[in-house]
Amino acid sequence: MKTVIHIMQKELKSYFYSPIAYVTLTLFMLVSGFVFFLIFTDISERTAMSGMGMGMGSDPVNVPQLVERYFLGWLSTILLFLIPLITMGVYAEEKKKGTFELLFTSPLTTLQIVFGKYLANLAFCLVLFAGSVLLQAPLFLSGAPDAGPMCVGYLGLILFAAGMISLGNYLSSLTENQIIAAILTFVLALLLWFFNFFSESGTEGVKAILGYLSPLQHLEDFQRGVLDLSHSVYFLSMAFLGLFLTYRTLESLRWRG
Amino acid sequence: MIEVSGLTKYYGDFRAVEDLSFTVNRGEILGFLGPNGAGKTTTMRVLTGYMPPTRGSCRIGGLDIFDDAIPVKRKIGYLPENVPLYPELTVREYLLFVARIKGVPAPEIPAGLDRIIHKCGLESVRDRLIRQLSKGFRQRVGLAQALVHDPEVIVLDEPTIGLDPAQIREVREMIKGLGRDHTIILSTHILPEVSQVCDRVLIINRGRIVAEDTPERLTQAATGQIHAEGLVAGSEDALQRCLQAEPLLAGATCQREEGDRWRLVMPLQDAEVRPRIARALVEAGLDLYEFSLHRATLEDVFLQLITDEEKEKPAAEESAPPDEPAAAASASDEEVSQ
Repeated sequence: MKTVIHIMQKELKSYFYSPIAYVTLTLFMLVSGFVFFLIFTDISERTAMSGMGMGMGSDPVNVPQLVERYFLGWLSTILLFLIPLITMGVYAEEKKKGTFELLFTSPLTTLQIVFGKYLANLAFCLVLFAGSVLLQAPLFLSGAPDAGPMCVGYLGLILFAAGMISLGNYLSSLTENQIIAAILTFVLALLLWFFNFFSESGTEGVKAILGYLSPLQHLEDFQRGVLDLSHSVYFLSMAFLGLFLTYRTLESLRWRG
Repeated sequence: MIEVSGLTKYYGDFRAVEDLSFTVNRGEILGFLGPNGAGKTTTMRVLTGYMPPTRGSCRIGGLDIFDDAIPVKRKIGYLPENVPLYPELTVREYLLFVARIKGVPAPEIPAGLDRIIHKCGLESVRDRLIRQLSKGFRQRVGLAQALVHDPEVIVLDEPTIGLDPAQIREVREMIKGLGRDHTIILSTHILPEVSQVCDRVLIINRGRIVAEDTPERLTQAATGQIHAEGLVAGSEDALQRCLQAEPLLAGATCQREEGDRWRLVMPLQDAEVRPRIARALVEAGLDLYEFSLHRATLEDVFLQLITDEEKEKPAAEESAPPDEPAAAASASDEEVSQ
């Protein structure tokens, strides 16, 4: 366990010593800040207008709640396309530098390496999420959103990141070129995003299958503040699949030499 | 300390190492010598647990490198040919990481790092990024990395590559110093390195052991080939007469240099006859300009072993074709009889 933490520490250190961490962080803050601004102004205007039209007596709309929900939806899409940047170098760089020879000849198990790196990526995602919470400061000023649904929403995002990162790690372990790893992961992200897109049309059967495969669909309940075990199972099995494939790839790498 | 038996490694169909067996005793420095592609790196990678062998086994301190991978790897320090560095870290951060993953207990780490940084002469660069270091310093960081957990066995793949002559000497001195209480395997294709540093040499070619002995005995085995070389001046007549008259000069060859100077190569049975040869040359009326003794070096032994191998192989292949026409003939005979 200690060894896993040491690998994780080193991984985060390497990450923050290189420009990629700051590029990812800046990109994330800019895009999500912009999206937040659009949602916030849009919803405020609309509720103000409907409030005038229907009179004060009708359903009161919880503005912060609504903004929060839309914002979380957008965050998952932004993340889908930023995760390739986070995971691309994990194994590809190690292969390119020849540092696998150090790791594999050290008293480490392959599992420790896989988990150390995986947890470091996940920790970096938590930094991004913390940044996105800061962006929502205006909501807290104008009447706080419910903490419960917000936590559930973020739990959904963390599970989603856990699944995507593990697949990204696997794709990075396949190549020694981090650009190729990034492109592969990006294509996968695009594919998953399309599943979401096409699950809104087509026949019932196709809809159901594509809808099940799309991570964004599984996130919707989380964003509404509903905690459903079946959605968690989806993300956890995604994470397990990715980690398992990564483990197998590293093992076969050693056998082939 | 290290026992390797029947080690064989294939990459797909390609045979990198075939049936290698040897042992290294505690405190011994074994030199691994061979041309590029002979299987040195492959053997070292198997020994250090980087990859499993196709067949055969490696035991270190009595433990199998694959069945007891974790405890065995604690005992090994390994410097690969391409030094595994993280260029974005500083020297100290890098060594700290290596010490941790090698399982050095946390309280011992600070002192251990200071010791190794001092030993490898890295004080001046300890807080510099590895990316900014020169090749020589990187190599030293690599060496520090292999020693940071004070391993019993040290495996060094071409440790002096890319260093300048002064650094090469330093590293060799360091390795010799380490040999007192560590077991070391060292690969190289620099021959003087082997005779200076190693207690024993293993010459491999095409994945097989061609010779195994101490550097002295390997060179002695070839001392049947000592010869003297001389530069004399005089008439061709005088020279020829002298060569025929003196039995010690049987088998000598001469070659004309500029003017009336001759380069003589004289095979010797015994180095002690040199004064008699010199006197014979002078008494024959020749002027002696140079006279020197040449012993076969490890280099000669090495080249000879390698070329012998190359010769054997085509010879074996050539003996095969004659069978084919015979087989074809008998096949056609059968056709006729049918």
